[in-house]
Amino acid sequence: MNQEALVRALTEIVGPRRILHRPGQLAAYECDGYVAQKGRPRAVVFPETTEEVSRIVRLLHRERIPFVPRGAGTGLSGGATPLHDEVVISLVRMNKLLSVDYENMRAIVQPGHVNLTLSKRLGPQGYYYAPDPSSQSVCTIGGNLAENAGGAHCLKYGVTTNHIVAAEVVMPNGDVVEIGAEFGEAVGYDLLGLIVGSEGTLGIATAITVRILKKPQAVRTVMAMFDRVADASDTVSHIIASGIVPAAIEMMDQLAMQAVDKSNYHVGYPRDIEAVLLIEVDGLEAGLPELADRIIAICREHRARSVKLAESDAERALWWSSRKMAFGATGRISPDYIVQDGVIPRTKLTEILARIAELSEESGLRIANVFHAGDGNLHPLICYDARIPGQTEKAVAVGSAILRACVDVGGSITGEHGVGVEKLEEMRYLFSDADLEAQLAIRAVFNPEDLCNPGKLIPRPGRCAEVRDAHWLAAKHAEIAAGFPDQTLTTSPGAGA
Amino acid sequence: MATKEPELIRMGQHSQGAFRWPDAPDPDKYSVCVHCGFCLEVCPTYQEWTDENHSPRGRVYLIKAASEGELPLDENVINPVFTCLDCRACETVCPSGVQVGALIEEARGQVYHARPKQGVAGALERLFLRGIFPHPKRLRRVAKLMRFYQTSGLRTAIRKTGAIRVLPRHLREMEAVLPEVPAEGAREALPGRMPAQGVRKGAAALFTGCVMDVFFADVNEATARVLARNGLEVRVPKEQICCGALQVHAGDREQARAMAKHNIDVFLASGVDYIVINAAGCGAALKEYPELFRDDPVWHARAEQFSAKVRDISELLVEVGFDPPRAEVRRRVTYHDACHLCHAQKIRQQPRQLLRAIPGLELVEMPDSDRCCGSAGIYNLTHPQMAGELLERKMDDVPEGVDAIVMGNPGCMLQIKVGVHRRQRQADVLHTVELLDEAYRREGVKG
Ligand SMILES: Cc1cc2nc3c(=O)[nH]c(=O)nc-3n(C[C@H](O)[C@H](O)[C@H](O)COP(=O)(O)OP(=O)(O)OC[C@H]3O[C@@H](n4cnc5c(N)ncnc54)[C@H](O)[C@@H]3O)c2cc1C
Ligand code: SF4
Ligand code: SF4
Repeated sequence: MNQEALVRALTEIVGPRRILHRPGQLAAYECDGYVAQKGRPRAVVFPETTEEVSRIVRLLHRERIPFVPRGAGTGLSGGATPLHDEVVISLVRMNKLLSVDYENMRAIVQPGHVNLTLSKRLGPQGYYYAPDPSSQSVCTIGGNLAENAGGAHCLKYGVTTNHIVAAEVVMPNGDVVEIGAEFGEAVGYDLLGLIVGSEGTLGIATAITVRILKKPQAVRTVMAMFDRVADASDTVSHIIASGIVPAAIEMMDQLAMQAVDKSNYHVGYPRDIEAVLLIEVDGLEAGLPELADRIIAICREHRARSVKLAESDAERALWWSSRKMAFGATGRISPDYIVQDGVIPRTKLTEILARIAELSEESGLRIANVFHAGDGNLHPLICYDARIPGQTEKAVAVGSAILRACVDVGGSITGEHGVGVEKLEEMRYLFSDADLEAQLAIRAVFNPEDLCNPGKLIPRPGRCAEVRDAHWLAAKHAEIAAGFPDQTLTTSPGAGA
Repeated sequence: MATKEPELIRMGQHSQGAFRWPDAPDPDKYSVCVHCGFCLEVCPTYQEWTDENHSPRGRVYLIKAASEGELPLDENVINPVFTCLDCRACETVCPSGVQVGALIEEARGQVYHARPKQGVAGALERLFLRGIFPHPKRLRRVAKLMRFYQTSGLRTAIRKTGAIRVLPRHLREMEAVLPEVPAEGAREALPGRMPAQGVRKGAAALFTGCVMDVFFADVNEATARVLARNGLEVRVPKEQICCGALQVHAGDREQARAMAKHNIDVFLASGVDYIVINAAGCGAALKEYPELFRDDPVWHARAEQFSAKVRDISELLVEVGFDPPRAEVRRRVTYHDACHLCHAQKIRQQPRQLLRAIPGLELVEMPDSDRCCGSAGIYNLTHPQMAGELLERKMDDVPEGVDAIVMGNPGCMLQIKVGVHRRQRQADVLHTVELLDEAYRREGVKG
């Protein structure tokens, strides 16, 4: 089917105003929040109903044209990035709250419904939707489902998969199926578990039933500043070991603090501390002050320079904004950045930070660090300047090396941002060819021709895993060589950079 | 880190890009965007259309692509650049500090050069932007014509005969709510100098603005009274002209620069401590004068000197300390945050502080008070559909039972008057300073 015929057929489904197809209109859809790889889509369509999604997918399936679902495009691993001339199916117009059942604590939303908007709408009745990715003011619940998004408060409440109970899904051939169960456990295979976190490779969610929670009666938020990261890290372990279940424990390092302090979300962190912890407890008012006191005491025992309790909602909100805006604020200190998403056993934090500092020094790229410290999910922010030739590749390679280090200490390559296209190669750090084959076999059941978000999440087995490292070596090599007047000089890769 | 190298590279890319004229979108401004998307949900045009081309992230991306030669300067770039309301809501949330407004204005400057507007619309635009607004006398003559139309019976005749129907709905409604144009503006009516009352806190020159002074000269007069009442000597430089914001929004930066230079000369020569403005749009433009002179160090420095003195009326009163009025104004009002006050100038609390200081006045907050009302300079004339949708939303948010909607910008005042008219609501549309002035004046009455 040529472009003209395709546009005609899609227009028949969604009408002329809900399709973009001229080349100049497509640039804005070249990538998501991960900008290191880009591709122009064939077209972008904006369906408004499940039926329209189904008809679009049926058409594309019949014509063997690849497609990629897209929510708000805040993904950080390129999940919504079209790299194979796909049609982008944007779900942002499907943003309705379909129904709420307060008594049974369920809400049904369309996939384009924005995460925070749901909590805002439930708020007046005293309810909210718990998963709170930092991007919650813009990201969609469909995107959350696809990435199994986490957030600061997932330490206590669990990630997206714990909050989605059922979904209506348009399969890669256009069939519409219902999976999961609004109440109780679904009988049969846990298909919902499979779909959540599948990064849009097993189908498109068109209606999502979520669990909603009663807002906690009270909250206490503590901010503690530390001269040394190791002390902050020990504090985290001690709090958890003491049996307290905080709603959230977040950490930022000095460079991250500098970035947010330069943004609209200025807190005014001292310039000579190594780490700040943001610790929150919530629940019934009774007992909460004592809990906060215990946390403050533990911080002090671990040589916190200062510990403060949020005195007002406004202060608490500012502290949280400061943490949640940290990624974006990195733009204040660097033109580009890659945010990595490694997971480690919590006790290895100090060790891994030292390794990250080493990598930063070796590569000459600054790295800021932000963590969901409670569950050992690190977000190193690798700063680079894409306009300097070779820096993008170098930043990608440093990210990869950090993930390798995470795996080496017994961790994993993603906590919540997904694999997308960014971490395809790193999947091999975790899985053997046989493991990957097994996963591909599952995908083949749902998406046999790999038309639905092709090439994402699972790498093809067998390709050389060291490709990226080789790239970095080559870049490093070139730089060293460039330092010498004689370009023919060969340097051994081991020589210091 | 080495900064020289990337600059050279940028220059290279720049010269091959679609922006070939001086004063092009600044690479240092768009490279700050990290593509996080946090700005999407606050952008009124994205909320309405859900097309990322019409979002802040999309606009910045398109400007970057055009600048780097990836896209030509055609409809696909120009449309998104012109559908932007310049409301700056994106700048308030952007964690990375992207100056979206400045980028849009610079891009419009390029479009102005690349695609001079053709036909009647272009001629009309040039007539207004170059032929009328920069010249206070001509502007006055147009105002007088309007006054004649409103007061001579012509208006009644035109309405009665139905001749008014030749206008499209949005212009008809605008016509219906336009306040009666006073015989003269405050720039002429006020004395050149008014002494400070009580303890003197400095001298302030009043920037009278063009729309404000044509339609709301009484707000300017109220501003002058309130300043004097609070210890500020008021000057009204007679040679001042329109601030040039409309020209900047339309992309006519050359004309805007000429107007800025004139005003900078006039106001710096007056030797005052503050330059006071009560129109948020003009205030933002005056504070951003340095942006117009990025390539001219001498004028840039003068513009900086000028901008450092500019204050919104509410900002200045809170800064120097104002006398809480003693008389009561028994009203229930709600406050609308004009975009160019809250987003562009970060002024949110000061107007509320003034209102709360008025005894008897109850301030009821409206939800999303900082969402654009659709006025946005002359956007309501150029993009009536979008502007109309935003106005509907704004009116939906006005709380029940208020008898006035208060704000700090004449453009919003006209727009919201249209909204009140459409909904047949019993509510006045007022400037913050009018209420404060009323309270002070009542003190006098009581003695
Ligand atoms: C500054 C910043 C901070 C962030 N913080 C966090 C955080 O704290 N925790 C976290 O988990 N993530 C975080 N993220 C990442 C991102 O916001 C999440 O992955 C989010 O879930 C993506 O939602 P989206 O609507 O933007 O989806 P998109 O980016 O548009 O898409 C993400 C993936 O989901 C697929 N998809 C989208 N909609 C559907 C659907 N209806 N059905 C099937 N597949 C679909 C897409 O194909 C793609 O693979 C952050 C991102 C940014 C930019
Ligand atoms: S919020 Fe700022 S940095 Fe993020 S996409 Fe929008 S303009 Fe760019
Ligand atoms: S200035 Fe307003 S309309 Fe323009 S991009 Fe920003 S939020 Fe959108």
